[in-house]
Amino acid sequence: MLTTVAIIVLILMSLSIFACTIRALIGPSMSDRLTALDTIGINLIGFTAILLLIQDTIAYAEVVLVLAILAFIGSVAIAKFIEGGVVLDRDHH
Amino acid sequence: MIEIIISIFLLLGGLLSVLGSIGILRLPDVYGRLHAATKSATLGVISVIIGVFLYFLAIHGMFVGKLLLTIIFVFMTAPVAAFMIARSAYNVNVKMSEKSTQDDLADAINKQKSEADH
Repeated sequence: MLTTVAIIVLILMSLSIFACTIRALIGPSMSDRLTALDTIGINLIGFTAILLLIQDTIAYAEVVLVLAILAFIGSVAIAKFIEGGVVLDRDHH
Repeated sequence: MIEIIISIFLLLGGLLSVLGSIGILRLPDVYGRLHAATKSATLGVISVIIGVFLYFLAIHGMFVGKLLLTIIFVFMTAPVAAFMIARSAYNVNVKMSEKSTQDDLADAINKQKSEADH
């Protein structure tokens, strides 16, 4: 039963990533694309966690953690980049 | 019994993620899309990870601390990332939806500017 539920949730996650991909392709502004890519990163964490359950192993637990860190750092870096082209600034704010 | 609890967590997480993605597709502007993405997608992923953590704890008797660490990390950093995206979108003048009626940040910036002039 648990495997069936896990496969259903895996399909739901795939649909969710697909919807985000559509928004990342058609998004009118850069910020729309960045929002969609950030959400793809967050959904990918859940996707990998479901894979842990289906394959019955904890080999990918580090993958889940590193994906979370990379999604955050990538989003913040690109947000700063589209704001002014400077990723690290110490002058204001 | 524990399988039912895990299944509820997993299904809740999957449905919330799909809900967030529908919000990303259908809402009219960047700020609304950020609202949908960061609330429901984050809660969905946290719920899925809680389900997986309970699975390994109850069925295999393994305490996987990395999953708990991931929950804390996602819970703390997703709002920060959304705040940075929203601020950069506002600073590069991404238009709000035409149905928006209120822009408090513009009022605050104007007030700060007029105080700085005096």
